[in-house]
Amino acid sequence: MLLEQYLPVLALIFLALGLGVALTLVSILLGPKKITPAKKKPFESGMPSDGAQYRRYSVRFYMVALTFLIFDVEIVFFYPWAVKFRELGFYGLGVMSVFFVILTLGLVYDWKKGALEWE
Amino acid sequence: MLISFYILAALAVGGALSVVLFRSPVYCALSLVATFLCLAGIYVLLNSEFVAAIQVLIYAGAIMVLFLFVIMLLNLRSDKPLRHSWTWPKLLGIGFAVAIIFQLIGIFHSPAARMGPAGKYSTEYLQQKGAVEVVGEVLFTEYVLPFEIISILLMVAVVGAVILAKRREPASTEQTP
Repeated sequence: MLLEQYLPVLALIFLALGLGVALTLVSILLGPKKITPAKKKPFESGMPSDGAQYRRYSVRFYMVALTFLIFDVEIVFFYPWAVKFRELGFYGLGVMSVFFVILTLGLVYDWKKGALEWE
Repeated sequence: MLISFYILAALAVGGALSVVLFRSPVYCALSLVATFLCLAGIYVLLNSEFVAAIQVLIYAGAIMVLFLFVIMLLNLRSDKPLRHSWTWPKLLGIGFAVAIIFQLIGIFHSPAARMGPAGKYSTEYLQQKGAVEVVGEVLFTEYVLPFEIISILLMVAVVGAVILAKRREPASTEQTP
């Protein structure tokens, strides 16, 4: 069965989990525990925090995320193309070029309208 | 094989339950990521690696970023407790859930849900060639026109996002210092 190919992925997941748990445990068991007010802050060396944890963010973040989502969808279509690249040859290159150029028009529009600028 | 399905399914259901049960919306969103990753694992078990890759890249990646930004935009507060009473929308929801469960049971027991005649893309075919290769083969030859139309659709989405963002720009520049 094909499933054995995914054994390294499983091993990686368990290794990552194990490493995270082990490092946290070691730090809890071996580390000194002297709690000072400065240490209880979320960012020990950062600016003093003020205001509530939940505040409204600018709608621009959302626009950046939306643009990211669209180009992420584009990348997904590159994946089967890259796998079949040798078999498809120049035909595949032409097909993907049309796809890419149309999407680049969208990017150029974004760029010209200043949507990529933070202002 | 079956064991890994049950593990992934249990984790997916657990993640979905924690989406509903966590109070903090950010925790809910992160539980949804776990659910999506488990679903990707189930897709791999079903020999559809391409759908699994999409699940991780699009859903667990981009869509969740979008969800988190929506949560941040909506200014949800975790210190304001949600009401937990037996109101009629809740009862209605439970009623619908039970109805869906019975419907699913009915579908799985009906003769129409039995296997139809086998097509070209059987499990053995997918395992032999690889799901991504098969998708690429079909997408760039038989369905090349829909593939190009997808790019136009995505371009429209890019342009639409910019138009929506730019429309409220004059008001926001006056307000922000």
